[in-house]
Amino acid sequence: MSQKVLLSSKEINIILHRLACQLLENHTDFKDTALIGMQPRGIYLANRLKKILIEEYGVKKIDLGFLDITFYRDDFRRSDKPLEANSTKMDFLVENKKVVLIDDVLYTGRSIRAALTAIQSFGRPAEIELLVLIDRRFSRHLPIQPNYRGRQVDAINQEKVKVHWKENEGEDIIYLVNK
Amino acid sequence: MAELSVKHLLGIKYLNEADIDLIFETADHFKEVINRSIKKVPSLRDITIANIFFENSTRTKLSFELAEKRLSADVINFSAGQSSVKKGETLIDTVNNILSMKVDMVVMRHPNPGAGIFLSKHVNASIVNAGDGAHEHPTQALLDSYSIREKLGDVAGKKVVIVGDILHSRVALSNIFALKLQGAEVKVCGPHTLIPKYIETLGVTVENDLRKALNWCDVANMLRIQNERMEISYFPTTREYTQQYGLNKKILDSLDKEIVVMHPGPINRGVEITSDVADSKQSIILNQVENGVAIRMAVIYLLASKIK
Repeated sequence: MSQKVLLSSKEINIILHRLACQLLENHTDFKDTALIGMQPRGIYLANRLKKILIEEYGVKKIDLGFLDITFYRDDFRRSDKPLEANSTKMDFLVENKKVVLIDDVLYTGRSIRAALTAIQSFGRPAEIELLVLIDRRFSRHLPIQPNYRGRQVDAINQEKVKVHWKENEGEDIIYLVNK
Repeated sequence: MAELSVKHLLGIKYLNEADIDLIFETADHFKEVINRSIKKVPSLRDITIANIFFENSTRTKLSFELAEKRLSADVINFSAGQSSVKKGETLIDTVNNILSMKVDMVVMRHPNPGAGIFLSKHVNASIVNAGDGAHEHPTQALLDSYSIREKLGDVAGKKVVIVGDILHSRVALSNIFALKLQGAEVKVCGPHTLIPKYIETLGVTVENDLRKALNWCDVANMLRIQNERMEISYFPTTREYTQQYGLNKKILDSLDKEIVVMHPGPINRGVEITSDVADSKQSIILNQVENGVAIRMAVIYLLASKIK
């Protein structure tokens, strides 16, 4: 198994600030916006973006929720590994809100498909956007594209993108791993 | 993630501690789901479940049906009273006929102990025991432990007394297995005639004095007298039973500490428990019912994930 660094801590920081600015451009005061981090790995990115928007760009209040899509997945009983559920934490309704789904890596698009169904349990959003840190293009199974992307990579199927976060793994770094 | 060690839920006796942990963790997620404004997930879209009840039930049947529907399974219901069982059909024939309609899972209640085990050996479907005679009622025991865990933080180390008709109770037996497995201390309390002779071999202690038992425990699980299973008299009168083993506010208030009161239902108000106790803030009877749906969703979801 070999791995190479795709993005360093410094590069990730620059990208996070760019993504925050792009969100700010479209959502201004975030009054009618809800950021939704997808469990299990999208929540770190969502937390980080919220922190940057509040601390560095003076946004007063941002609704942030965590969504688990396990029970909405389309591979129940089809995957060899049992599906592990995580907790959903949504303290608000998304009715008429502009929802931004946030995940670390966009690969086949199936998780996002499940999230689009899951989000309906919390109301009818005015619109839904997608923000991802890494977009693995050419790997999509469904017609789903991000509105905001950190970095686009051409990874083949045997490769895996591994995102490490300071909060969890002790360091911000992204690897491309050859399985 | 771990998966259940079993293909069927026939009794708590066949589960291990990790299975119970997994069921509880999964139930936590489903409890969040059933408290949303839209209480349904699409996981079991392609699963069909038959609820086969050879014995009366209100709570358990509704709870299972709701759990199945909240998981988006297709559900068919069957009650023995209105069926060909009355015309002499055998259990295996009845179930195989239902299974040939492409049913993946059978939830069954039956008056004979071991009916679920028998069925699991002869038909090709996942079996969930919803009560088999005086043997086991595993989902009830799981939701009871889950409710204790929710109220007191943990089951391990807690002292639980099960009061009443232990002899005829599948709830008592499943609860004893579940509580012991999770490290709780268990005592049973009731008249001599309603305590099975060798119950101590299951690792529980026996107390015939209700007050002593209540002073010892953290949780009291009050059982109903199962008159329908009694062919002879086990105590002189219901009134005398109530005087000796009924839980009322006076006893409850005279205890040194505040205990948690449970009841699997249906309640005979004024017999094993008075209304003011059943409706008091120490009672978690209605929490048990709510948790029943989450627990059954978890059990069905985890078993369904093993159907290939």
